[in-house]
Order: sequence, then structure tokens, then C-alpha cells
Amino acid sequence: MTNWITQSLIAATLIIAPLAATPALADDNQTVRLGIDVPYEPFVMRNADGQLEGFEIDLGNALCKRAKLDCTWVEQPWDGIIPGLLARKYDAILSSMAITPERERQVLFSLPYYNTPSVWITARDRDIDIDDKASLKGLSVGVQRGTIRDVYVTQEYGDVLDIHRYGSSQDVVNDLKAGRLDLTFEDFPIAVDAIDFRGDNSPYKQIGPSIKTPTSIFGKGAAMAFRKRDKALAAKFDQAICAVYADGTFDKLMHQYFDYDLSVRPSQQDCAQ
Amino acid sequence: MDQLNAWFTQLLAGNAIFTANTLGFYWNGLVTTVQLVFLCLLLGIVLAVPLAIGRGSKRPWIKWPIYAYTYVFRGTPLLIQLYLVYYGVVFFNGIQDTIFWEVFKDAFYPALIAFTLNTAAYTTEIFRGAIKNTAKGEIEAARAYGMSKGLMMRRIILPSAFRRALPAYGNEVIFMLHASAVASVVTIMDLTGAAYYVYARFYAPFPAFIFVALIYLCLTFSIMFVFRQMEKRLLAHLRPRGA
Amino acid sequence: MIDLQGYGPRLLEGAMVTLELALLSLVLAVVLGLLTASAKLSRNRAIHAIGTLYTTLIRGVPDLVLMMLLFYGGQIGINMLTDQLYDAFDIDIFINVDAFIAGVITIGLIFGAYMGETFRGAFQSVEEGQMEAARAYGMSPWLAFRRVRFPLMMRHALPGIGNNWMVLLKTTALVSIIGLTDMVRVAAEATKATHEPFLFMLPVAGIYLLIASLSEWGFAKLSKRYSTGFGEASEWTN
Repeated sequence: MTNWITQSLIAATLIIAPLAATPALADDNQTVRLGIDVPYEPFVMRNADGQLEGFEIDLGNALCKRAKLDCTWVEQPWDGIIPGLLARKYDAILSSMAITPERERQVLFSLPYYNTPSVWITARDRDIDIDDKASLKGLSVGVQRGTIRDVYVTQEYGDVLDIHRYGSSQDVVNDLKAGRLDLTFEDFPIAVDAIDFRGDNSPYKQIGPSIKTPTSIFGKGAAMAFRKRDKALAAKFDQAICAVYADGTFDKLMHQYFDYDLSVRPSQQDCAQ
Repeated sequence: MDQLNAWFTQLLAGNAIFTANTLGFYWNGLVTTVQLVFLCLLLGIVLAVPLAIGRGSKRPWIKWPIYAYTYVFRGTPLLIQLYLVYYGVVFFNGIQDTIFWEVFKDAFYPALIAFTLNTAAYTTEIFRGAIKNTAKGEIEAARAYGMSKGLMMRRIILPSAFRRALPAYGNEVIFMLHASAVASVVTIMDLTGAAYYVYARFYAPFPAFIFVALIYLCLTFSIMFVFRQMEKRLLAHLRPRGA
Repeated sequence: MIDLQGYGPRLLEGAMVTLELALLSLVLAVVLGLLTASAKLSRNRAIHAIGTLYTTLIRGVPDLVLMMLLFYGGQIGINMLTDQLYDAFDIDIFINVDAFIAGVITIGLIFGAYMGETFRGAFQSVEEGQMEAARAYGMSPWLAFRRVRFPLMMRHALPGIGNNWMVLLKTTALVSIIGLTDMVRVAAEATKATHEPFLFMLPVAGIYLLIASLSEWGFAKLSKRYSTGFGEASEWTN
């Protein structure tokens, strides 16, 4: 069976190879390509000139400077972001990816560089009690497919809520604003930026507490992801993360984009090498 | 039942992907796909019969609008039609406050509308072709009996045309089953949506998509089988003698 | 130029992607279709079985599922392979299944199966007497194929090819789902950003209709060309 699969894979490769083969620049460590899912405001967005900007773009560039690497950004929709890394379309993912056990089987994570809770958002005039599961029956909730929030909602509320899964966070917000969704379960910064639930005149509000646990789903925070064999590259970025925390670059950037704290300071133990 | 359940759980305990939970996703996806396809085909036929008759009309103001409709809906991708209905309805001012919103709020009904309009366009052309090819002798015989136009349509032309349209319509049913996969794009958890979810959750494309491909294969073969049987019964008179 | 809130140029680029994708898949589909038709007409049972299996499988599964399988699965399959090469021989190549190539291959594979059926019927419709006559003239098998069988076959194959092309053209819209920036994807992105579905979706629908109408006209011309000799004969006999 395995043999058969390998053979057909070789055949498939032979068909595709002449069309797609690009010589890898494995030794050429000058340029590191970073994969990112755009847009994810305020972490990354495209401005009017078509340039990428945002917190993660600035942070990524700062990390590369610390690690003395030239970095370029590669845009990649979320659904294919891990396969794209494994396919060497880029050398690392820097795209608000939370560390989870499922992903750890596929990729190597750096130290976490930020951690945010997730929040339930609904229309201001709605009266919904998220802890009273019986009352939620039939309500619709929107999440981005394949995220930790998708996993959490599916696991905890799969039997009561009608879960709508979207390809991008933008699609979720659009359908919430169109009135198609009763609820969304969002990453806190997205909820602040795209839904603006904290604004005085905002038609939306948070319900229930901000959620960070269980750690088995939400992990220790967002981290860069590497191919498992690229341990040296991951170590370089670990050091760079320690450095931007130590010299205040992280805090400066954080205050530039956010009025709340999303830092996860690495321990001295993590940074000692 | 409990015993069966326990046996099944045990069987599945060995793998991480096909748990009772994900199989539940596939099952619900199957139900959604079948509902969606069955309903749109049913509504499509209801629309297509009068349209096919009108399409053969001699009056240009009946004939040409119908032709324009089938031309546009057959000439553009279903995905665009789906997007237009799904996103389009949102921007009718104030629709959120009307009772229609209860219908359009869910993704199911916009998808059903887009699919129905699409399949009705194809079915109209299939029926029209069959009506046009009605044997002259059948019509002459009906006239000789003194049938009125309406009666002739009802008793002679339509029954005969439906039978001859059967093979082409069978293809349309399979085409619609396959086309319905795009429903997953607007968050409907049909079969493809379930497979996409399982892929995104476990990063396991082979099991997720091959499994769903097999389900679609079974559905396709079932539809083909049903239509073969129907053709055998209803088109017996058209088979060469002695065959 | 038509601006469409700044999306006009990108929409046109997307239209070019759609067209390139459709034409390249058509080429692949025709090649695969000819191979499949030959396989299905082959006396070798194994080859015949492969041809039948291919057309049955492809026609039983939705295009979108095949596309996702190839795009997401093909990449991981190839990664497994290249990783093995790396571990075993220290050869480091990387092969990138991008959305465009996955699209061309999937659409080509799907329509190769349909083209196979079209060509099989067309091959069978060429009378053997014609080929015998060609051989009697001392034509080589290749020349006989090119000058006699192919033009005769095309007369029967053209309507089928035309139909397949029309369906293929619309199928290209599905690549927008796996992330290729064709015109449907540009229109979808623009719709989500500006909340004006009609402004972007209707022009795209119009472009599809335009390509379809032009193709219809082109196929009518071609069909006239390949029917040279036949039409006149029937006119005389009638």
C-alpha cells in the first residue's frame, strides 16, 4: 500500500516537476521568507499603495534586524499556511499562529511573542448569556476555519450553536455586520479593531469574560513556526524575540498599535543559550 | 443500539481523524447536500416546464426574455450566481428588518435560490429540445383526434418529451450534485464543507478529501442507477425491436 | 480605462489569468482526451481498464473536491517525497504546487475524461475505408493520421469539444476558492471590501458571457471548415 502510494507520488512528481520545479536556495540563508495571512488588522494589512503594514510586519522586520537576516514577506491564505511552509514557499510563518498540540506535530514553534484572549461579541441590543447553554440553542456564531477559536467553539458549543466557518476573519466580520450572525468568537485585537466593540457608539459589545483557557486549545500564545529540521533558524529567532523584549523594542511597537498589554515576556531560562 | 455504538467507537479508537465526531460532520454534510440538491431540482423542474413551453412560443416578448435568462445563467459560473445572491441580498436597504431576512439570513436559502435559478435554466433548454423533437406523427394524430392546443400539450407532447428528456436530465442531476460543492464557500456545511473542516482541523487532506470523494462517487452511481432503471421502463417503446 | 473604484486594472489582470488558465487546461485536456480515447479503444485489457477507471472516477467526483485534493494534498504528498529524497540522498529540491498549476492540472484532468469520450466517438466515426485508401496511396501512418483521420475525426469531435470548452471556462471560477487570483477572486475581494456585489460581479459575469459568445462564433467557423465537402454533398443529394 505504502509502496503504491510512493510510486504514484513519484509519478505525480515527474508530471508536475518540469512545470513547477524551482531550485531551492537551501544554503543561501541571506534571505528569509516569512509567510503571513493578509489582512488581519491591526497585525497586518495592505495600505493604499499596496504595501504591507501592521504590528506583525514591524515586529517581524525588527526580529530580522536583530537576527541579522534579510527578510521578505510572502502572502498566504490561512487554509494553506502550514502546507505552504512545509512546501518551502517560505521559511517561517509569522502570522499570529497560536501554539497548539496539533500544529506542533507538523511544525517547530519559536518562543511565543504575544498572547491575546478571545472574546464573545454580539449586537449591543441583544441579551445573550454565553454560560447558559440551553438558551443558546439555534443561535449562529461565526469563526475563522481551522483556528483555535474554531476548535474551542466546536468542542464546547458544537451541540448548541450553529457554527459558521469562514476562510478569513474579514468574512466573519462582514457577515456579523450584515446581520447574518448572532455571535462571533474573535481574537481580542481583531474584535477591537475590525468590530470596535469598545467604542461608545459601537453597535456591538462583549459578553462573558475574555477566554484564554484551556491551554490545550489556546496554547501559550502566538509564535513563529518553522519546518522541523530548521532548528538553527528557529534558535536565531528565539534569541531575537528575547532581544526585542529586553531592549524595549517590543513595548514601543506594542504601545504604537495597542492600548492594552499583549506581551508574553520570555523567561531568562528560555533566553539562556 | 448501545452495543453497536460501543463497537463502532472501539473500531474508531485507533485513528485520530475519523472519530465518531468527524463522521458526524460528514453525515450532517450528506444530509445537507441531499436536501439542497433535491430541493433545487424539484423547484427547478417546476420553473422549467412553463419556461420551456414559453421558450417555444411564437410571441417574441415571451420567447426572447426566456432565451436571455437561460443564456445568461448557462453562460456564467454558478459560483458568481451564488455570490450575487448571497452578498446581493444583504444590500437591499432595510431587508434586515423584514420577515424576508429570516429566510436570507441563513446561507441555505441564498444557495437554494442560486442553485434553483441555475438548474432551471439548463432544465428549460433540455425540455425545450425534447418538446421540439416531438415526432410530427404524434402531433398530427392528436390533431386528428380534435384535441385543443392545451390538451395536446398536456396529454401528448409533455409526457412524450419528459420521457425523451430523461437521459439528458439524468446528466443534469449529476451535474447539480457536483456543482453543489460550491455551497461550502458560503459557510454551508455540506459534504465538501465537512471535508474542508476536517482538513483544516487536522491538516490531513488525503483522508478528508478522498473519503468525501468516495461518498460523492456512491451518490453519483446511485443516481445513474435510478435513471437507468427509469429509462428502461419509460423508454421501452423507443428501443429497437428485438434488442 | 474602466476604474471600478480602483479595482478595474486588477480585474483585467484577473481576466487574463482566467483566460490563460482556461486555454492551458484545454491543451492538457485535449492531450489527455486523445490518450484516453486511444486507451479505451485499445485491445489491451489493462490499458482499457485504466482508461475506463479514469473516466469513471473523474466523472463521479465534484470538480471542487478534486481541486482541493490536488492542491492541498498534492503539496503534502510531494513534500513527503522531497523530504525522503533529502533524508536519503541529501538532495534538496523543492517543488511548489501553486494554485495556478494545481488549477491547470485539475481542470485538465477533469476535462481530459470528458474529451476522452468525445474523441472515442469521433475516432469510431471515421470509416476504415478512408484509412485504407490513404494507405493505398502509400501514406505513412503519421501522414495518414494527419491528413485523413484527424480532419475527418474533427468534424465529429468539434461539437463535443465546443461543449466541453464552455463548461471548462466556467469551471475555472473554482480556482478562486483555492486562492488563485482570477477575476472571480478579485471581484469577491472587492465585494467584501466595498460591499458592492453588483458593481464587481456583473462585469465579471459579462466577461464570461463575452468569452462564451466569441467561442461559440469561433467554433461555428471551425465547424464549417471541417465540414467542407460534406455539406455540399448532402446539398446535392437532397
